[in-house]
Amino acid sequence: MLRDLGAQVREVRVPADLEGLDGLVMPGGESTTMTLGIKREGLGDPLRAFVRSGKPVLGTCAGMIMLDREHLGVMDTLCRRNAFGRQIRSFEEDLTIPGIEGTVRAVFIRAPWLAEYGEAVEILASVDGHPVAARQDNMLVISFHPEIAGETRVHELFLTQLT
Amino acid sequence: MRDEATFRVKAGLAEMLKGGVIMDVVDAEQAKIAEDSGAVAVMALERVPSDIRRDGGVARMSDPAMIKGIQEAVTIPVMAKARIGHFAEAQVLEALEVDYIDESEVLTPADEANHIDKWAFKVPFVCGATHLGEALRRIGEGAAMIRSKGEAGTGDIVEAVRHLRSIRGEIRRLGTLDDMELATAAKELQSPLDLVRQVAADQKLPVVLFCAGGIATPADASLVMQLGAEGVFVGSGIFKSDNPALRAAAIVEATTHFRDADRVAKASEGLGSAMQSLETRKLEEQQLLANRGW
Repeated sequence: MLRDLGAQVREVRVPADLEGLDGLVMPGGESTTMTLGIKREGLGDPLRAFVRSGKPVLGTCAGMIMLDREHLGVMDTLCRRNAFGRQIRSFEEDLTIPGIEGTVRAVFIRAPWLAEYGEAVEILASVDGHPVAARQDNMLVISFHPEIAGETRVHELFLTQLT
Repeated sequence: MRDEATFRVKAGLAEMLKGGVIMDVVDAEQAKIAEDSGAVAVMALERVPSDIRRDGGVARMSDPAMIKGIQEAVTIPVMAKARIGHFAEAQVLEALEVDYIDESEVLTPADEANHIDKWAFKVPFVCGATHLGEALRRIGEGAAMIRSKGEAGTGDIVEAVRHLRSIRGEIRRLGTLDDMELATAAKELQSPLDLVRQVAADQKLPVVLFCAGGIATPADASLVMQLGAEGVFVGSGIFKSDNPALRAAAIVEATTHFRDADRVAKASEGLGSAMQSLETRKLEEQQLLANRGW
């Protein structure tokens, strides 16, 4: 999707892949598997350094979990994993997000929500009273998948932050 | 407006598993080992394919108590198998809220002509395919993920390679056809024309394609990933080997770094013996599982 929006994209599998990047997407996936992968590859410190450099970071679903207090510890948030339940409870819904006109079709797949967050965190959208989109400094996190519905505007918002 | 169980919600979970390894497990303890080794999901089943081959008899859906035990032991998605055409087993698995149902040729088919109407379910389905026509028929019936079948329980990768090459090759061929020829191709593939047109245009299946059946080593995983699989299922290959935890982690590593031969080499070191294997070409026709499904 980022490629279609005109960005040059590279997958990060080892620390060296982070060099020279202007921004980073922490994508969806299985958070347990991602945690193990980050540990195996020694990506924890390089990822924390990247976030602290101030470059824009977008965390979606499992990516949102990776940034929280219990994982990389760079965002003042605590996620509840699989908060909406198992796959049979997965759903899609229209959301309003500040900075994006109209509504965003948001696809939630075994999605998390923010169970706790500090004062530095700005909540952008909630579902059933639970925060599912938020911002802190250079980090934008969403617990859903706009890309699955072909929705490009959240990723466009992220790209406009790149210098 | 909130919508549950739309096709993109169903197919979306498979998108999240891409690049990962899904492991067959028969109890909570194995499920925990799989999760700790980096599996993206586990497949709960009563007996792994190599034991089904050895012991024979009718292979059925697992005991719900065992599935529940696995669901409590891990937080990654839990999949479970139903017999081909056995929609009542699928209903039970949906009631248990498994994350994916595998309508699987590894179990003994319950219907010799019809597959389950997968549109009737809220839980998504994964189905096996040996070629593109079979894959598109399953998607037409509502499958939200496809796995190439291979020959389960053998530890022989040759069938998985054949099926993957066949699916990918037929997709490339569709890209060379004009509209009139695509209608003929749909007839030959015995597949819905709209899906044939979509695959010809996109040059990929409309759902995620994993590889299954015969993967026993890290290099096997790297091979099928390089041939275009988007992830792998490992059945007997892990828990029938000498050191399941080590081999599981090694196959995960090789699947992530499938293009990096140094990493695959390192992952392959000192794993002990692989599962006891069977050469597929020496099996009798009635012993082949991949022929099940229509």
